[in-house]
Amino acid sequence: MAFRLKLVPDETRIDFFRWQFLTFGISTLLAVASVVVLFLNGLNFGIDFRGGTTIRTESVQPVDVGAYRNALQPLNLGDVAITEVFDPTFGPEQNVAQVRISAQDGAEAVTPDTIAAVESALQEVDPSITFPSVESVGPKVSGELVQTAVYAVLASLVAISIYIWLRFEWQFAMGAIVSLLHDVLITMGVFALFQIRFDLTTIAALLTIVGYSINDTVVVFDRLRENLVKYKTRPLRELMNLSVNETLSRTVMTSGTTLVALIALLALGGDVIRGFVFAITFGILIGTYSSIYVAKNVVLWLGVRRDWGKPDPKDPKTRRNVSPFEGAEEV
Amino acid sequence: MLQIDRWKRILIIGICLLGLLYALPNAFYSRVEAHNDAVARIEATGVETPELAAARDGWPSWMPNSLVNLGLDLRGGAHLLGEVQVEQVYKARMDSLWPELRRALAAERETVGAIRRVPSPEGTLAIEIGNPDQMARAVEIVRGFSNPVTTLTGAGQQSLAIQAQGATLTIQLSDAEKAVTDDRTIQQSLEIVRRRVDEVGTREPTIMRQGEDRILIQVPGIGSASELKELIGTTAQLTFNPVVGSTGDANAQPGLGQTIAPSVDQEGLYYILEDSPVVTGEDLVDAMPATDENGLPSVNFRFNPTGARAFGAYTSANIGQPFAIVLDNEVISAPVIRSAITTGSGQISGSMDFDQANRLAVLLRAGALPAEMTFLEERTIGPELGQDSVDAGKVAAAVGFVAVVALMILSYGRFGIFATVALAFNMLLLFAVLSIIGATLTLPGIAGIVLTIGMAVDANVLVFERIREELKTARGPARAIELGYEKAMSAIVDANITTLIIAAILFVLGSGPVKGFAVTLTIGIVTSVFTALFLTRLITVIWFERARPKEIEV
Repeated sequence: MAFRLKLVPDETRIDFFRWQFLTFGISTLLAVASVVVLFLNGLNFGIDFRGGTTIRTESVQPVDVGAYRNALQPLNLGDVAITEVFDPTFGPEQNVAQVRISAQDGAEAVTPDTIAAVESALQEVDPSITFPSVESVGPKVSGELVQTAVYAVLASLVAISIYIWLRFEWQFAMGAIVSLLHDVLITMGVFALFQIRFDLTTIAALLTIVGYSINDTVVVFDRLRENLVKYKTRPLRELMNLSVNETLSRTVMTSGTTLVALIALLALGGDVIRGFVFAITFGILIGTYSSIYVAKNVVLWLGVRRDWGKPDPKDPKTRRNVSPFEGAEEV
Repeated sequence: MLQIDRWKRILIIGICLLGLLYALPNAFYSRVEAHNDAVARIEATGVETPELAAARDGWPSWMPNSLVNLGLDLRGGAHLLGEVQVEQVYKARMDSLWPELRRALAAERETVGAIRRVPSPEGTLAIEIGNPDQMARAVEIVRGFSNPVTTLTGAGQQSLAIQAQGATLTIQLSDAEKAVTDDRTIQQSLEIVRRRVDEVGTREPTIMRQGEDRILIQVPGIGSASELKELIGTTAQLTFNPVVGSTGDANAQPGLGQTIAPSVDQEGLYYILEDSPVVTGEDLVDAMPATDENGLPSVNFRFNPTGARAFGAYTSANIGQPFAIVLDNEVISAPVIRSAITTGSGQISGSMDFDQANRLAVLLRAGALPAEMTFLEERTIGPELGQDSVDAGKVAAAVGFVAVVALMILSYGRFGIFATVALAFNMLLLFAVLSIIGATLTLPGIAGIVLTIGMAVDANVLVFERIREELKTARGPARAIELGYEKAMSAIVDANITTLIIAAILFVLGSGPVKGFAVTLTIGIVTSVFTALFLTRLITVIWFERARPKEIEV
């Protein structure tokens, strides 16, 4: 017998509901904590969402944040944030910093004078400095981008739930939505907690997470649907465990390959897209978890009608076991 | 049983080979790009220099030559989002309506009485008439200047909205006319921006309308957004106006029908000009940089016959008087007319260097923007930064690919190798489709590709896992493979359709880089389903037919 890497043993009989109060409780807690952090810390919005200018500087000399700050002080630009950027892909003579200037009051469009003034001030500190990228977004556009981003996330949630509802049952759609909200909220919570820059590409990352997470959830649901037909009388909870166990190997394998590819990108892909890749990587971890521990718990709690085609669903003789798990109200 | 028709086999292999063929140019990016540029150049100019011919022959012309476009974040360049101030056109329309209305109303002075224009909000025209009781007649006259507007939504609307109150008549464009005018303004602006950018001759600029009144401009390879802005942000409204006088006071009150404009050369000098120009830039047919009699940079221009006639008539009637050459409300020069200029050509000279003269000539040739543009968003990305991103992306994709392949082969053995072949063709097909449809690859797009590498094996994994399960029920390997594909199908379809939904939303709502991500994600889904369901299966079947294994291990 040839060697096979088995990330998951051939046959597993893990009871995924054994710690359901703990896991669901932790999920709920994390989601709530994320909302709290979002309110307390707020997101570190990039210029896409709050307007302003970011200038990327590059120099052969080491970055002196203090000197940069002093140079920009006399320009009275309001809120200026200067951060040095580190990355393993940078060469030894490559010192990069990011200067962010908030939107200037009353300026609908961006002012080239401001940018020119900033550039010449920094050039005085360090003559070798260059500006590989300068990006400005006016407050009018940034306001609209926020709106678009919110619409995008909402539209995807609605579209997904409609699809799941059509393909499965409304309980599955609810389960999918709850787990998606869980993933999105917790990812945003992490962004708020560590103050990672949140911009338009982060929204794209959030939507990718939604896509991946639903992908995972659907595979489990699909197997559950199959098993519901196959074993007409076994309790729902047992069938769910069976379905998750049967698909566990696939879940781990796919998450594994995706994570492996993403970690390569996270480490080697450069600093410009690091936030984006980080969001997706984190989201895939949480999405894999949520399709095992969140989505199906909601479905179990709501119950699934399993008496299609029976003449009278109210007749106790033909009515199948629909057992919501005990103590669901406490969760 | 486990079999695939010969024609299906040919089709599947054919598609894969086509993918290889069309993806190939991207492996020789700079060479193919040089080839394409050279071909375009030779076609445009008709001149074939040895360098161009060499560049052209660097890539065989019978090969496909479409490349994946690199987005601004990968190639470097400038991005601008401009908003056209469409209201300015309303004002211009009202200002040009006034002389005509004055003439028409003055002809009926007997009934409507004396008329005069009174101050009113911008974009409206307010006229006071002497006999308020004859207002109905005045309205009738004005209405004669209104035309029916045909729009998609409502026919029968008039172009002018006329309101009479007391002795005052207020006229403005109706909402329907405004909508039509806005549309025309944007179309004109687009056209003029395109001409100006083309004049500078950079490669494949993107100039497109966005939303109601916005224009998105992306020019790869240009040094900075401010450079681009200088080129397209200038209205370049050239007029030749009669000069009434000059003053040193910026706040001097010009008379009615007159404006005050600063001099470009002399600070503190202001000219008072007649509002209505003798000739405008619209009557120009050509402009080119030149030198004046003192050897200083200047711009030579030529009028069309209408312009030449008007200019000739004006100059012959006003010898000894100054007239002003006005560009965007600044007086470039105000020479005194020495003799009638009937040749229809002239020269603009003033303090400018050769670069400025060149730019002015470009602007005049391309025509004036119908309205000003304000810039809501501007981004400059240096070419080195873009190149760094491409290099980093390549390394990451290669490492990711190898890691995924290793994981697959370790887990599924022979079937893992099959999946690897499929994954490689998946990448080729992805690049082929991106090249053929001329999609733009952005930095998030590269992330999309790496994500695809990871997720593309999902369909294969679903099938392989299923085959493993079916093998346990021991109905023979052929049956197990067949059932594996059959039963994994619904999960594959559902999983990929939901991802497609997300990609579609990203595409519709996203802009720029995000759109690029959505495109690679979408194509990646389609190609990965194709390769997993058809190519891996075909390879499996071919292997199975040859080896005829009694039992298989997945």
